[in-house]
Amino acid sequence: MNFFQIIDQLAAVDPDVLDRFDSRRSVFNSLGSVAKRSALAATPLFLGALFQKAYAGTKSTPVEVLNYALTLELLEADYYRLFLAAGTIPAGAATAAITQIKKHEDAHVALLTGAIRSAGGTPVTGSSTAGVRFKPSAFPSTYAGQLQVAQLLEDAGVRAYKGRAGELIGTTLLTTALQIHSVEARHAAHIRTMRGQLPWVNPADDLASNAIYTSGVTATPSTTVTTAGGSYGIPAYTAASPTENNTVQSNVPLTSGLGATYTAADAAAAFDEYLQAAEVVDASRAGGLLA
Amino acid sequence: MSDLSHLPARREPSLGRRLFLQLSAASAASVALAAAGCSPSSTPTPAAASNQIVLPQGNQGLLYYAYFLALAQATTYQKVVDAPPSDFTPVDRAVFDDLRDHAVVHRETLKYLIDPTRATVIFPADFAFNLKSFTLTTRAGALAAAQQLEDLVASAYPVILPLFSSTNIYKRTLLLKMSTVQARHAATVRDLLTPGGFASSAVVDGNGQLITQTPFVVLTALAPFVAPYVLAFTCPDTNSSTDAGLCTANG
Repeated sequence: MNFFQIIDQLAAVDPDVLDRFDSRRSVFNSLGSVAKRSALAATPLFLGALFQKAYAGTKSTPVEVLNYALTLELLEADYYRLFLAAGTIPAGAATAAITQIKKHEDAHVALLTGAIRSAGGTPVTGSSTAGVRFKPSAFPSTYAGQLQVAQLLEDAGVRAYKGRAGELIGTTLLTTALQIHSVEARHAAHIRTMRGQLPWVNPADDLASNAIYTSGVTATPSTTVTTAGGSYGIPAYTAASPTENNTVQSNVPLTSGLGATYTAADAAAAFDEYLQAAEVVDASRAGGLLA
Repeated sequence: MSDLSHLPARREPSLGRRLFLQLSAASAASVALAAAGCSPSSTPTPAAASNQIVLPQGNQGLLYYAYFLALAQATTYQKVVDAPPSDFTPVDRAVFDDLRDHAVVHRETLKYLIDPTRATVIFPADFAFNLKSFTLTTRAGALAAAQQLEDLVASAYPVILPLFSSTNIYKRTLLLKMSTVQARHAATVRDLLTPGGFASSAVVDGNGQLITQTPFVVLTALAPFVAPYVLAFTCPDTNSSTDAGLCTANG
């Protein structure tokens, strides 16, 4: 086992990993002599314990993760309610598509609300006039502008699900979250096609510079999300997540490190990146769209 | 890593569905498996007593499975890009160019994840994804083939992602990043074949959840394309509450 290779590769998806281990140096110290440490470091058991300790405190409860997902679904559902009510969508295929997407978002709200109740939690709530809902003043006046926000919401949604999936490992809720994530990605692809953009996130997008496709936060991050429909904890913000134009995965430059040469556009478009909760609820992203 | 070129002569697979699953479990048990995740280069050797290729157990097996899916996509789209149907529109061509490019990047990334030295022989030299069952010379045929592949792959990922062991966070994360793109592909191809079909009730259930498919279902659907070889997936020995029976269910 190449212990350090694993750490290096982990660092590719979590740039903060070394800090996590460093700040918890006592994990190593508590293991006794150098010889004992070396022997232990070669066992998977040790690795498991190390990761558990290093990542301890960065997980929320499943109910908190689901409430976060529910917040985004309520926001989307309310947005599509406004979108359909605006009267700007051409009759026919466009109206059918937005109606179909709205139906899915409503189903996701019901599904997550039920899952939170089943887990003994209190779901965040929202309606057209109270709780978690889309900020009316942020609603665009033109059809083009409305489709643009729909794209941003969908693309942010799929990044958000990827950012929290790891916290649901070991529960059946992970599969549920991945099934919803996959449907959101289908919505995103269709909205992008309606806008004349490629269905996959790529560096040539007209909105490529929007905060949804970059990373980082613009305000001091909190570990609590407070909405009009309820509050819940989220993991502490670490370092900025990868941006969507990222072409390096697992420390490998995909354009040149895979035995052949690939374009940066293909390398970036072949992978969708995640966003941490603190980044998603930042005012530059979904946080700025909540009433 | 042993070379698999010493495989015995081909013979027609005669395994029924259930027997094939039972055999795969028995064969896997008889294979000496290196501890999963110990080193990317310590790839367990699939049992190769017949035309059956038993994917390794654990994380490596999940990567082999994903590699096979990317191989199927890349092979199909390369053929379409090389000889586009005459009734293809410029949009069709552009989409298939991207599908091919993304599938190749996925395939090569998975090959790297299986073995960073890229030396591991993943499948026998004469293993191929046979395209004879597809009609790739017409727009309708090429899109139908792409839709079948993309829907299958998109439905496969939510099942295998939870099966990675927790020491392989980065591998799971990479496949998760790919899964979003697979879903985008599937929606796009569906829309090209049937406008507005991006998330129809054929693929999304009443709860707004993607309908998933187990490795058994996916490999059965793709079995005609890999004959005379037979791919057998080995479910990781996980807590049943983790995979919710999604791996082992036959339907």
